[in-house]
Amino acid sequence: MSFEKLVFYTFAAILVYAATRVITVRNPVHAALHLVLAFFTSAALWLLLEAEFLAITLVLVYVGAVMVLFLFVVMMLDINLVSLKEGFMRYLPVGLGVAALMLIEMILVVRSKAFDAASMPVPVRHAADYSNTRELGGVLYTDYVYPFEIASVILVVAIIAAIALTLRKRGESKTQNPAEQVKVRREDRVRLVKMATEQPERADSGEHS
Amino acid sequence: MQETGIFDWIITVGLILAKIIIILLPLVLGVAYLTFAERKIIGYMQMRIGPNRVGPRGWLQPIADVLKLLMKEVIVPTRSNNYLFVIAPTLAIGPALAAWAVIPFGDGLVLADVDASLLYILALTSVGVYGVIIAGWASNSKYAFISTMRSAAQIVSYEIAMGFALVGVLMAAGSINLSDIVEAQRGSLLHWYWLPLLPLFVIYFISGVAETNRAPFDVAEGESEIVAGFHVEYSGMAFAMFFLAEYANMILIAFLAALLFLGGWLSPFEGIPVLAPMFNWVPGPVWLLAKASLFLFFYLWFRATFPRYRYDQIMRLGWKVFIPLTIVWLVLEGAAVVSGLGPWFD
Repeated sequence: MSFEKLVFYTFAAILVYAATRVITVRNPVHAALHLVLAFFTSAALWLLLEAEFLAITLVLVYVGAVMVLFLFVVMMLDINLVSLKEGFMRYLPVGLGVAALMLIEMILVVRSKAFDAASMPVPVRHAADYSNTRELGGVLYTDYVYPFEIASVILVVAIIAAIALTLRKRGESKTQNPAEQVKVRREDRVRLVKMATEQPERADSGEHS
Repeated sequence: MQETGIFDWIITVGLILAKIIIILLPLVLGVAYLTFAERKIIGYMQMRIGPNRVGPRGWLQPIADVLKLLMKEVIVPTRSNNYLFVIAPTLAIGPALAAWAVIPFGDGLVLADVDASLLYILALTSVGVYGVIIAGWASNSKYAFISTMRSAAQIVSYEIAMGFALVGVLMAAGSINLSDIVEAQRGSLLHWYWLPLLPLFVIYFISGVAETNRAPFDVAEGESEIVAGFHVEYSGMAFAMFFLAEYANMILIAFLAALLFLGGWLSPFEGIPVLAPMFNWVPGPVWLLAKASLFLFFYLWFRATFPRYRYDQIMRLGWKVFIPLTIVWLVLEGAAVVSGLGPWFD
């Protein structure tokens, strides 16, 4: 077994383990952390395919940003594990049905012509000066420029829609207006009063020196 | 490949390990003496002397600190999540050290000349936040948890501005390889990217200060409100690991700012008739170190000068000032690149 195969099977084993733990682990924070591990190992597998741009972007976007926000939410939830387990038997048939449906779908996809061994040749090794980033940029901005741009516009629309849906003015919420805070001058807050010095009447006892 | 025996393999691995040690040993020493420099410089800025008891003029103070931390007991809180509590410092320091693999110290002086090195660094610095998040959650302490929430939101916000600033650099250089970016700045002091990308340069460094949770953006450890933030439950070496990660990240940001905007290992006297030959003998890494030290001094200077930001002000600065500014500058830069403007983009 070559070194490359050893690396592949090591990472593949870790990936399968992490993915299984995501759905079997009780604590949602642990599940999210296993998902992070799964992303990380799949990035390592992509590196083996010489797709370094995609691999690093996977780490950057999913591990570095998406999962951080995910953890952010999951950690704030106060989940009662007992009530989570309650409806297990009741929902089991539905779950099994969905699982069977997904299994059939995946079999249909994997057995189709597009995934044939003939139409999916073994990827060829490139020379050391091969740049996955350059190749990807070339394809993305020439052959697929319109689909790419349309996808990005759809994403922008989704972002604006998400913000518009969550941004609502509530009467009781208090906000600050930084522009007004910055505009404040000394005269608005402090009043300097010029006055003659005063001396209090001296007490004779001299207890307070 | 068939002829390479186990012996060649051992030599290759040994060589890489030796290179890693050559990079990491000075880095750890640099972290130790950066803490010393911090205490001394801030001391003098506040009309104090700073540490001056251990060794001549206090030079052995960091060694004494390390020994103290090594000998202290690592206390694991009873109700904490043991496994995650122990793994969190490792997750903080791992990315902080791994990022150094692609930093070029001179022409060809780099451990791994990766093609997408800039992207690699951006990815690894964003992974570093997991140490903070997991530490805060596993400690099972309210203070640590509040700090985690603050830190996560802050780092994710500033990463966007930082990423856009880096996009500006790679547009100008036409490459995401750090060595190529430095070589693209060759010419003179005015060819370095600090001049054409001045707003991005400033935003990059300020975002870097925010990413490393340093003053004035250090709300994650705000002593006055949440004691010490995410590492409040850590002691001894576990605490030292967080400390090491924070300072290693500071040095990393300083090196990156020098590489990306101040011409890396290029001499500042390049292209000047008399001075350029006079300083030819200075090796490149010395220039890089000098430029990085400048940024490290800024870090300490900021800490001595600015009061801590209010949290909503940090968020406003990141989202409403930096991100729009970088986007506008990227558009302007795109126009400059297309039109081949002046000595930088031709």
